[in-house]
Amino acid sequence: MIKVALIGAGKMGISHLSILGAHPGVQVVGVCDTSKMVLDVMEKYAKLPTFTDHEKMLDKVKPDAVFVSVPTKFHYNMVKDLLNRKIHVFAEKPLCLDPDQSADLVRLAKENGCYNQVGYHNKFVGTFREVKKIVQGGFLGDIYHFTGEAYGPVVVKKKQDTWRSDPAEGGGCLMDYASHVIDLINDILAPVESSKGSILKPVYSNNVEDAVYSLLQLSNKVTGVLSVNWSDDTYRKMSTSITVIGTRGKIISDANELKVFFKDPKLPAGYSKGWNVKYITELTEEVDFYLRGEEYSAQIDYFINTCEGKVPNTINTFHSAWQTDNAISIIKKSSK
Amino acid sequence: MERILFGDNQFFAVNHISDEKSRAQSIRFKDDESIIRTLDIAMEKGVNTFMCTTHDRIANICDIIRANPQKYADYKIFPCMPYAHKYANAVTELGIAGTLKQYVPGNFIGSLFKGGVAYLAKDYLSIMELLIDAEMKMFKGIKTPVIFLQNVVTDLLLGLGMTDILVAFHKYVEKKYDAEAGFITMNMPMLLEKLEQAGIHNPIICSSINLAGFRMSGGKEAYEQVLKTKKVRAIAMQVLGGGAINPKDAIEYVCKLPNIESILFGASSSANITQTVNYINEFDKQLAGS
Repeated sequence: MIKVALIGAGKMGISHLSILGAHPGVQVVGVCDTSKMVLDVMEKYAKLPTFTDHEKMLDKVKPDAVFVSVPTKFHYNMVKDLLNRKIHVFAEKPLCLDPDQSADLVRLAKENGCYNQVGYHNKFVGTFREVKKIVQGGFLGDIYHFTGEAYGPVVVKKKQDTWRSDPAEGGGCLMDYASHVIDLINDILAPVESSKGSILKPVYSNNVEDAVYSLLQLSNKVTGVLSVNWSDDTYRKMSTSITVIGTRGKIISDANELKVFFKDPKLPAGYSKGWNVKYITELTEEVDFYLRGEEYSAQIDYFINTCEGKVPNTINTFHSAWQTDNAISIIKKSSK
Repeated sequence: MERILFGDNQFFAVNHISDEKSRAQSIRFKDDESIIRTLDIAMEKGVNTFMCTTHDRIANICDIIRANPQKYADYKIFPCMPYAHKYANAVTELGIAGTLKQYVPGNFIGSLFKGGVAYLAKDYLSIMELLIDAEMKMFKGIKTPVIFLQNVVTDLLLGLGMTDILVAFHKYVEKKYDAEAGFITMNMPMLLEKLEQAGIHNPIICSSINLAGFRMSGGKEAYEQVLKTKKVRAIAMQVLGGGAINPKDAIEYVCKLPNIESILFGASSSANITQTVNYINEFDKQLAGS
């Protein structure tokens, strides 16, 4: 049984808490948040021990692992504290506002022997895993271009400001929405090395960008386009997609459907020359408890399995999240 | 409940396997008239129950139903609440407190957030009741004999161990709307166990049940076992596994399972509606005769 505590019971935190609550290998030992109402509900209905001070919680309940889902600006100090106490950490994305801080956490996790994971859940989506397999298997030939996209209806009119509209707290479309796409590009193709130009465009927000457009070059010299907009209400919910084109084929995939075109007969198993379409229904593994998508449960199962020593700590590590923070910083700089 | 229930995913661009199909659907069902035309086709095939989300556009559909009382004399709606994306998008932008302030009618939340005061459990249940009432407004004057809680909320509460709130939902819709509560879930065996433990017997549970085992958390075998051995009024949804299974085999599978009271499906074209209804009737007839 892994003893798990949660810091930050907002939208993601409560979602994690529900999945953890249903996990047979997990005992939830504490929840920490600043909202008295949320804690009150957790105590009354989920019968969980609650805290407003995370250090007091750690002293008292001594968790093996902690989920950190507070605004990004608080990640560095909190996670540092956890790692120094040799507690395994699952942090929400993005890892830190400043990539140097992320690098520091990578080092600390290693020094203290702590397992570490960041909530870039797309890596647990069956279609994107398949894209990675096809791309890295060399089946598309020499890759020369990619497009990474995400669109959705988060900020669709002018409204009151929250931490999401404050760049100093990790708000804005780049940190929140685009980070997912950047992380996928880093993982499937290669880490972002430079930007040839970026536009951070406010649409309805006063202080942050609602859209991100950027020309990117990766460490393997492949180039491509990033196009992300969270003020697009022609989408019902967030839709993330990636297109990769090479000399021998092209792949277009979102979280539900993967379409791939192969020019020549050297193919991965289960595919044929020309267009192939695969759906998430055949690319996803069932989970024991489903909340918002298999990937949310799968990433937690993976983290718990890591803590139990059943699987290696290789997917969504702090190291890969640091590379994503690095790319975010590159895009920010190139937009000025 | 009737054997066949008509769903609404196709009207609101909910497609579990293709964003492209989603867009085609939102173009096709841009006008309320096109939704009504499709409901009428289903009605001609004998499907008189529409199970739908409390999406803003359903309010217009309700207006049309109320304006034609003779035509829709036997028509029923099973509302499914809440329309989760409305709240999820709001939480992303406004946080939990901000979202409640926006959606709970009256001054209740304002006073709740003034702080310093200890709240009673019933205060939170009052919030739930106010939210239910807000979502039910659009159905006034329409028969809603079963009211559902959407899976994202059911399953969130299930994982958090907040079964008491599920029970409170069950009691409230019975008391206020003289309706039965239904629960949509992606974790049917676990939910049934918890509801039974909380004293709710033979509940109405709608869950994915399909030949492919898609979204049957804990495994297809666990679901089949529950259907064979426990008391539950099951509704099978996603019977086509998001379109991944051949319709004939898909429907034969659910028709042959025990304890499936109703089958929920949605389709856009007259041909697909007819095909699905015919398959269900055909297999039911075969089984009745065997």
